[in-house]
Amino acid sequence: MEVVLDHLTKIFPSRDKKNPADVIAVNDFDFTIPDGKLIGLLGPSGCGKSTTLNLICGLLKPTKGRILFGEDDVTELPPEDRGVGLVFQNYALYPHLTVRQNILFPLQNIRGEGRPTKEEMNAKAEEAARLVQIDMLMDRKPKELSGGQQQRVAIARALVKRPKVLLLDEPLSNLDARLRLQTREEIKRIQTETGITTIFVTHDQEEAMSISDLIVVMKDGILQQIGRPQEVYDEPVNMFVAKFLGTPQINMFDGRVSGGFLYIGDTPVLKSDAPEGDVHVGIRPEGFILADGPEDDEEVAAGVEPFECDLKAVEVSGRDVSIVSTNPACQGTNIRAIMGSDRNLNVSGEKVSFYLKPHKVYLFDKTTEDRVK
Amino acid sequence: MKNKLIELKSWLYLLPAVIFLGIFMVYPLIDVFVYSFEEGYNFASQSYFGTGFYNYSYVLHDPYFLQAVKNTFIIVIITVPLSTLIALFISVLLSSITKLRSLFQTVYFLPYVTNTLAVGLVFMILFKKTAYTDGMINLLINAFGGSSVDFIDGPYWAKMTVMCIYTIWVVMPFKILILTSALSSVNPDYYSAARVDGTRPWRIFYKITLPMISPMIFYLVITGFIGAFKAYSDEVALFGVDLNAAGMNTIVGYVYDMLYGDSGGYPSFASAAAIILFIIVLTITVINLMISNSDD
Repeated sequence: MEVVLDHLTKIFPSRDKKNPADVIAVNDFDFTIPDGKLIGLLGPSGCGKSTTLNLICGLLKPTKGRILFGEDDVTELPPEDRGVGLVFQNYALYPHLTVRQNILFPLQNIRGEGRPTKEEMNAKAEEAARLVQIDMLMDRKPKELSGGQQQRVAIARALVKRPKVLLLDEPLSNLDARLRLQTREEIKRIQTETGITTIFVTHDQEEAMSISDLIVVMKDGILQQIGRPQEVYDEPVNMFVAKFLGTPQINMFDGRVSGGFLYIGDTPVLKSDAPEGDVHVGIRPEGFILADGPEDDEEVAAGVEPFECDLKAVEVSGRDVSIVSTNPACQGTNIRAIMGSDRNLNVSGEKVSFYLKPHKVYLFDKTTEDRVK
Repeated sequence: MKNKLIELKSWLYLLPAVIFLGIFMVYPLIDVFVYSFEEGYNFASQSYFGTGFYNYSYVLHDPYFLQAVKNTFIIVIITVPLSTLIALFISVLLSSITKLRSLFQTVYFLPYVTNTLAVGLVFMILFKKTAYTDGMINLLINAFGGSSVDFIDGPYWAKMTVMCIYTIWVVMPFKILILTSALSSVNPDYYSAARVDGTRPWRIFYKITLPMISPMIFYLVITGFIGAFKAYSDEVALFGVDLNAAGMNTIVGYVYDMLYGDSGGYPSFASAAAIILFIIVLTITVINLMISNSDD
């Protein structure tokens, strides 16, 4: 089911007398979530992602705007009539009911014509349990299950009514690191198998990037960017998105465009046809090329000089090598450059010099922090 | 060796509490038990005629005691379930309002901090009927076309009605306090989850809220039973000290009368009655605990 957010706004009135400004948790969201995809709502804490989720599921009423599931306007519908399944961050499994009773619970709420018989209910519950692979735990109580198993039960409970939209609130945040990897693949598999439009909220960019078909980056209630994970990573629209996505974080520098070159400090590091003036420069960790060999003719011919930094440390992870260095123009404390470990790196001494990969370098306006092309 | 030393040390630390409890709790309990088998024990001379079950036999054949047992059981059976149910009802309503909630919470808690005897007086005035004036309740009854009833000095059922209303009123605040806090400690996510699943309010209440707060309800029922079995001061507050004459005595009242009342000076009978009360309360509590455990 396609989910359309039509100029959706949610304002929480201020309860603080000293600070009477209302909180705009969701500010004029206007986008369409395509059918049958896995969508990650991504942003730092307090950016309005959970509010958005609650608006979609109907636990909150929007201040302005509409929500449509396909052609149907569901803005005024209560949650139970929207056909949504919601998985809570703490799972909210009823502790006094067994796994089976928990999964049956939504079905038992159905009244009138649509109410399935006992056998149908049981069959549906079994099916949902098999889908999330907990069918052997049906008679346990939630407290007898591990965190990951509880998570699966919560998903099964949300899926048992075959919702049009499945919503997951921070589905992985209560799991340990190893289980997190496993569970996110699991969520992806369940989504692919059922084909249900699934929206999940997370503050962990890696989580969002790894399994989403589409990520929606938010900040302070304002939509920043929406797109495929790689797209958003490669073409961030502003400095916030560039900084928020990617581990290790992007390296930020004070730079200047002048005479067709981008300068960091006094070094012309790249050719650039951006408008002249001061800019923020963001360089992805993988955007550095070590200038350790003989001078690269092509670069020199273009008038670009290697970008020289003070070497601090070389960290080896086995898969790759991080070169940690500093430069006065750097906005953070360290510059982190990641190199493949497949060739021997000749890094030693006090200094290290890099050439830059142009498509890994982003320029941002000094005041608006929007991307400059 | 070292473990033994640690164990010895722990007992040493426990000693003050053990001594205190031993002197003021365990010894008197044993003493009461012993008294209950000593016939005609006399405080002054510290003497008795013989030992045996005569005290129990006397108490169990005493019409005043049987009346007291009957009264106590009526009060227990009526007030404990009713007060718990009403308290639950009020707590649920309190939890579902936001405006004026703390005001109402304070109002409902007031009886708890009010003196029992003073409140008893208020109830007497509310329910009384004299040759000259009627209390407010009787005025109400008259207004609806009934005739006045003497609730304080009249027929048994009228007195019992006042007694039960009064008891419920007195125990309510504590129950409301416990239940409102139990209700507010239920994670609101459960309610959100239930709403998304399309659960009707009544089903949310008995499928989610009730099981979640059931430990607290059991706690209230058990302490309620114990408290109601030990009722005495409420009766005095309403009907005065001569409860046998009013026919409104309770088991604890009987024990007190046997010790100090008009018919006082019979510690052996008092002890026997106290032991009988103890056995009743113990039995009921064990049954309660068994029911609450079997639910798990």
